[in-house]
Amino acid sequence: MIEKLKEIIRHRELIFTLVSRELKARYRGTVLGFFWSLFNPLLLMLVYTVVFGFIVGGGRVAGFESTKLYALFLFNGILPWTWFSSSMLESANVLNVQGALIKKIKFPVEVLPIMVVTTNMVHFLFGLPVLVAFFLIFGKSLSPWVLFLPVSLFAQYVFTMGLCFFVSALTVHFKDIKDILSNLLTLWFFATPIIYTYDSVPKALKYVLNLNPMTHIIESYHFSFYFGSLPHYKRFTVTILVGLFFLYLGYLLFDKLRDTFVEEV
Amino acid sequence: MEAVQVCDVFKFYKKHADSHKFLTIKSALVNKTLFGDIQVGERFEALRGVSFNVEAGRTLGIIGENGSGKSTLLKILAGISKPTAGEVLTRGRISALIELGAGFHPEISGRENIFINGVILGLSRKEIQEKYEEIVRFAELEEFIDNPVKSYSSGMFMRLGFSIAINVNPEILLIDEVLAVGDASFVPKCLDKINEFRRHGKTIIFVSHDLSTIERICDEVIWIKKGLVEMRGYPKRVVDAYLEYVGKKDEVKTLVQHGEEEKEAAREREKRWGSREIEIANVRMFDAQGREKYIFQSDEPLAIEFDVTAAGPQDDFVFGIGVFNGEGVHCYGSNTMLENYASESIAGSGRVRLQVPALNLVNGTYFLDIAAHKRDGYPFDYHHFQYSFRVTSSHRDVGIARIPHQWMFSGGIHFKKNENP
Repeated sequence: MIEKLKEIIRHRELIFTLVSRELKARYRGTVLGFFWSLFNPLLLMLVYTVVFGFIVGGGRVAGFESTKLYALFLFNGILPWTWFSSSMLESANVLNVQGALIKKIKFPVEVLPIMVVTTNMVHFLFGLPVLVAFFLIFGKSLSPWVLFLPVSLFAQYVFTMGLCFFVSALTVHFKDIKDILSNLLTLWFFATPIIYTYDSVPKALKYVLNLNPMTHIIESYHFSFYFGSLPHYKRFTVTILVGLFFLYLGYLLFDKLRDTFVEEV
Repeated sequence: MEAVQVCDVFKFYKKHADSHKFLTIKSALVNKTLFGDIQVGERFEALRGVSFNVEAGRTLGIIGENGSGKSTLLKILAGISKPTAGEVLTRGRISALIELGAGFHPEISGRENIFINGVILGLSRKEIQEKYEEIVRFAELEEFIDNPVKSYSSGMFMRLGFSIAINVNPEILLIDEVLAVGDASFVPKCLDKINEFRRHGKTIIFVSHDLSTIERICDEVIWIKKGLVEMRGYPKRVVDAYLEYVGKKDEVKTLVQHGEEEKEAAREREKRWGSREIEIANVRMFDAQGREKYIFQSDEPLAIEFDVTAAGPQDDFVFGIGVFNGEGVHCYGSNTMLENYASESIAGSGRVRLQVPALNLVNGTYFLDIAAHKRDGYPFDYHHFQYSFRVTSSHRDVGIARIPHQWMFSGGIHFKKNENP
C-alpha cells in the first residue's frame, strides 16, 4: 500500500497538469466559465430558498431567524455537496471519456479519478470566496473556526476519493451504474442535513443520519462557517477513519480491476 | 545486450459477443467473470506464445495481416496492456507512437498541449521546457502554436503529436502505423528522424503495412501470423515470403470465386472456345529456379508453359498469349505469327514455353489468355481469362507497365542518398 501511495505521489506533476487542463478547458470554452461552476449550487440555493422560505414557509423557515440566513445555511452545505456529487457523476464516466489515454499510451489509470475529485475540489475552493462574500453581504460574521476548513477538506477528499475509485472501476463493467448513481445521489442529498438542520431531525431518524458519513462532513462545514464553532470532533474522527477505510477498499478494487480497463473501456 | 526480451507471451481477449452479454453484478460475482480467468470457449487468442529478443540499437520490423496480433504485441511491449501469460523485459525509456496526440485537449492552445502531452508521456515540465523550441520547430507550427488545437488540421495535429513523442528521447521507440496518416511532406521528415534514432543506437520496433519502408529501415523483420511468429530474418527474405503467402491466399480466394462463376455455362463458353483440333492443357508458370509459382516480383524472370495436343496433323497454326490486368486492360499480347515464326507442322503432342526475363508490370493481379489458332484467326483452342497470377513489387510506381528507367540529375539538384533503397 505504501508503495502504491509513493507511486501516486510520483505522478503528482501529471495530476497537477491534468487538473489544470480540465480547469483551463472549462474556463476557456465559455466566457462564463467560472460562473458555470457556481451556477448549479447557486440555482439549488435559490430554488430551496424560494420553496421553503416563501412558498411553504410563507417568509419564514422554522429554526432560522430569517430567510436570508436559511439561504446562507443552504449555500454552506450545497457547495461541498456539489463537489461530492459532481465527483461521483464524473468519475462514472472518466475512464470511458479518457479512453484514448488508457488504450493508446502507458498511463497510470488511477490518476483519472484522482483528477476528477481534485478538479472538483478546486471548483469548490473557487466557490468559497463567494460563500464568504454572502456571509459579509448578509451581515453574518465568521469565527476563527473557519480555519478548521483544511480538516474538513481532507475528510471529504478521502471519502469521496474512495467512492470514486469504486464507481469509476465498476462502471467500466456495469454500464447501468451510471443511471442508478444519479438517482442514488438525489436520495443521498436528502439524507444529508443540507436543506434542513441536523438538530431539527427527530431522534429516531438521527440514528440513520449518523450512519451517513456525508452528514458529518457537511456538518463540519456548517459548524466551522455557519455556526462558528468546533465540529463534533468524535463523530468527525470516526468519519475520517471510515473515509480512509473506504479509500483503502476503493483503491483495492480499482487496482484489482486495473488490467481489465484497457479491454473494456 | 538485449533491449527487449519477449518470452513466451500469450494474450487472450474475451470474445466480443461475450463481453456484450448482459452482465449483472450478481452474475459476475456468482460466475466470477470479473476476477476469474477467461474460459477457453469464450476467448480470442490474439497471441499464442510469442518469443523474441531485440538487441539494443537494432531496428525490428513487425509485419502481418490485420488481426494477426501485431498491435496487441506492440501494446504489450509499450506496457499498455498486460500479457495473459509470459514475460516482457525492456531496458530503457520507451516511447510508443501508437496514437499521436493522445490527451490533447481541443480547447487549449498547442503550447499548453505540448506540456500536457509531454507530462502524460512521462517528461517533467522542466524537460519539456528545454525541448519546447525543438518540438515546435520540428512540427513546423511556429505560427499556430498559440491557437487552440481544435483549429489544427489533421496533419498539423499529427505533426505536433509526432514531434512531442519523438522528443521524449526514448531508448526504445515503438511505432505502430502512425506514419500512414501523415501528410506527404512530413512522412519523409519522420523517416529521417527515425533514421537519426538508428544512427544514435536506439532500439526501434516498427509495425507497418508499408512493406517497402519496412524493408528499407529495418535490420530484421518478424512476420506474425495468427498470434505466432511465422518467420524471422532479413527484411527482404521475410517480406518476400509474406507477399508470397498473401498472394497465394488471394489466389485461393480467386479460385473459389471462379469455381462459383463456372457454374454458369454461358460464362464458361465465353472463357474457352475453339474447334479443339489443337488442344491446350496444363498452363503453368515457373520462376527462374523452375518452381511452379504464381506470384512474381516485377523484375523477376519467369516462364509460361503449356502442353498442346493435335488431334490430327496441321500445318497452319499460331500460338498466342495475352496479359490483362484486373481492370481488363490488355497490357500485352503477342503470338508466334506476329514474331515471324512460320508454322510448318504439328502432330501428336508437344510443349510450348515462353521465357520472360522480367514482367515489368506494376503491382496487381493479372489474367492470361492462351490460344492456338490459324493464321486467319480460326480458333483451335482459346482460353480467355483462365489463368491468373500476381505481381507484387516493393516499388510503388503506378500505371500498367514498369518501364525500365533511371533518374539522372545535374546542376543544382540534390537528393539525399538514403532516400532510395
